Amino acid sequence: MTQSVVVQVGQCGNQVGCRFWDLALREHAAVNKKGMYDEALSSFFRNVDTRSGDNGPDIYKGKICSLKARALLIDMEEGVVNEILQGPLRDVFDSKQLITDVSGSGNNWAVGHKIYGCQYRENIVEKLRKTAEHCDSLQCFFIIHSMGGGTGSGLGTFVLNLLEEEFPEVYRFVTSVYPSGEDDVITSPYNSVLAMKELNEHADCVLPIENESLFEIVNKIHQMINSGKLGSTVKQNSLVTSSAGSAKTQVKPFDAMNNIVANLLLNLTSSARFEGSLNMDLNEISMNLVPFPRLHYLVSSLTPLYTLADVNVPSRRLDQMFSDAFSRDHQLIQADPKHSLYLACALLVRGNVQVSDLRRNIERLKPSLQFVSWNQEGWKTGLCSVPPVGHSHSLLALANNTCVKPTFIELKDRFMKLYKKKAHLHHYLQIDGMEQSCFSEAVSSLSDLIEEYNELDATKGGPRVDPSRLKIAV
Amino acid sequence: MSIVTVQLGQCGNQIGHEVFSALCSDIRGTHGLCSKKENESYQDSCKERFFCEEESGVPVARAVLVDMEPKVISQTLSMAARSGHWKYSNHSHFCQKQGSGNNWANGYSVHGPRHKEAIMNLVQKEAEKCERLGGFLTIMSMAGGTGSGLGAFVTQCLRDAFPTSFILNHVVWPYGTGEVIVQNYNSVLTLSHLYHSSDALLVHENDVIHKICAQLMNIKQISFRDVNQVIAHQLGSVFQPAHTAGGGSGYSRNPLGIDWQVRPPHPGLHPLHKKPLHFNTSIANLVILRGKDVHSADLGSFQDPSLYTSWLNPQDAFNAWKTPRAFNKYEKSAALVSNSQFLLKPLDSIVGKAWNMFASKAYLHQYTKFGIQEEDFLDCFTTLEQVISSYTNL
Repeated sequence: MTQSVVVQVGQCGNQVGCRFWDLALREHAAVNKKGMYDEALSSFFRNVDTRSGDNGPDIYKGKICSLKARALLIDMEEGVVNEILQGPLRDVFDSKQLITDVSGSGNNWAVGHKIYGCQYRENIVEKLRKTAEHCDSLQCFFIIHSMGGGTGSGLGTFVLNLLEEEFPEVYRFVTSVYPSGEDDVITSPYNSVLAMKELNEHADCVLPIENESLFEIVNKIHQMINSGKLGSTVKQNSLVTSSAGSAKTQVKPFDAMNNIVANLLLNLTSSARFEGSLNMDLNEISMNLVPFPRLHYLVSSLTPLYTLADVNVPSRRLDQMFSDAFSRDHQLIQADPKHSLYLACALLVRGNVQVSDLRRNIERLKPSLQFVSWNQEGWKTGLCSVPPVGHSHSLLALANNTCVKPTFIELKDRFMKLYKKKAHLHHYLQIDGMEQSCFSEAVSSLSDLIEEYNELDATKGGPRVDPSRLKIAV
Repeated sequence: MSIVTVQLGQCGNQIGHEVFSALCSDIRGTHGLCSKKENESYQDSCKERFFCEEESGVPVARAVLVDMEPKVISQTLSMAARSGHWKYSNHSHFCQKQGSGNNWANGYSVHGPRHKEAIMNLVQKEAEKCERLGGFLTIMSMAGGTGSGLGAFVTQCLRDAFPTSFILNHVVWPYGTGEVIVQNYNSVLTLSHLYHSSDALLVHENDVIHKICAQLMNIKQISFRDVNQVIAHQLGSVFQPAHTAGGGSGYSRNPLGIDWQVRPPHPGLHPLHKKPLHFNTSIANLVILRGKDVHSADLGSFQDPSLYTSWLNPQDAFNAWKTPRAFNKYEKSAALVSNSQFLLKPLDSIVGKAWNMFASKAYLHQYTKFGIQEEDFLDCFTTLEQVISSYTNL
């Protein structure tokens, strides 16, 4: 089995990351009753013999001694990381896995990317190497960050570049939180577009997340609980927004939203960690969902959002789960895949679901979805036998769909509004290594991406003309 | 004569296990509705073919297990051992950690050369244990990365190392609605490559087996285990010993002994007759009857000329093997192995979908990064269009 390393950068990245590690431990604890260190755990955790201190050797088999996250925590302010180190997860992280500074990046991509990037390059590479050395077979790096600020956006994408240089064979999956239109960081469009160029060029897969969607999911759950419509009580630990059962005791404002993203990552990696009748490894996700190198932005949707306390699940409910995965209120970005074009779609099912259930639902949902002409049956499926905590089954749908185009167009528009007036540009240009061309190249990269989606959209709904086959002389 | 089986990838290993299970369960127990002598001869022949005797008395499958990730092989080994009736050798498997990522090029161009020596050493060891080597059976799917890509590479290696041995590839075709998005690419690459090294491809389609499970066996929630057991059952009924036509009273020496290579005449020499299209036109059919009354069964309809292409004499194209020894406790059972146009439609569909995707260049970068170029794809398409054309013109 393979290992993955999480690199969490900036305030958002570290807050989400923290929730991920917490919920990952909760998930493994629910499955691993004997306290033995197994292959599933080794995917994200080392087992360290800490009896003689933090620098003890790794234990590969046998009882769990001390689990350490395969992670790198990077932030140019100390607040968030310090809080993690004082909280219930402090023992999960090694002091050698942290890179912090004090002044922050001032919401400036250039400060994060050029200044801190340069300054901390050696340090970052060294720590990455160390983490990789502890891995038997390192398969993937997960980067968690936001796009709108300075550290997550700038330094985060710097690290992305580094990963490609230093570990070209290891996959790079990026979870990026995109700013909304009403974001209070004025320069977020600059930061996001500058970061987008890096994502276009150096990421294998990007899972864009929008706060609005997370917020709506949180609200929906609140409403459902408060309206009393649910009848019997909801299982607390089944809520996609909940920290129940994890180490966390105090609830902070963004926790619910961050838990959703953490659950996304857990579901994405479930098939790589646990067994199933049809495994879907991370390299298969990249292989099947990325038909052209730059079109690697995947829309994710998670279902169910909660489980009722009654356990019996008739197959009608199972089918409902599949339908929900294709409804907008379960998506993690604001987009409309049903009215756009699917390039590819993956369904990662967890729990008690069989091949025949999968086939039945694909047949049922197919007619309402538009697939690109050269991938009419473009489904990638996976069955993992271990369900998430509190559920008997769950589904993560990942879609490569042209519906991301409007999001990118809006981003470009917000960028242009500022750029035309040269608003705040001097904050960037005064940084060593930053020039006007960085901006023009970045927006050009984004425009090209939008154009690729346009070309695909143009094929939608047109008459289907299959290319003629090769003629063979008999 | 003995067969060495090479199980490749998740599908190959899962099915392989079911096959040995089925063979073993068939030879144990009842007398098979025939004389004791007949039964003993059958058991000996089967054991020689598929199993090796060990000091402990537990038959050891003549098999090499290959996969690029460890989970499936370890499950396969332990399930076999738990049966108590047979097992795999402890030293006949090879696995890695990362899997092939559904990428044929990864399986063929990266894993193949990298692990060739280790894998072929295992095969050589198994081959040497055979007093008389009849040939090789590989079990693989063509949709994924390991069974398909590494499977094609290993088949080539087998051909190079054993130029005169018989090689039969058992290939599983994926569900048409897709389990893997790039399955059509992987399939085209696999089939075209196998054509250059293999003697025969024995095919099972998941969709067809699924229908058998649903409609003939009335299974409600069909699992892959159900599908694999049906496939194993069919393979068992073909590979278990039988008396061939010219084989006298003893059991057939070479279980794969039918001449699968038929060369069509040059075009133009034989005018193509228009035939009523009731059946898929065949080049060869093999019927295997087991159990009661096999010698009195009337197989005349299998020699109906309308079943066969015009340039073949039905007597030459039809073969029957029989044995009074029952298979799997069925009083009477029959198996049909057919080389005919039945595969035309599915093959054409796969090639069509792959071509459609190829024309848009989708996913090609995933293959080129491991060394499979567009020209390689074109060669493969050409090979398969020729196959389609040859079968169409029967």
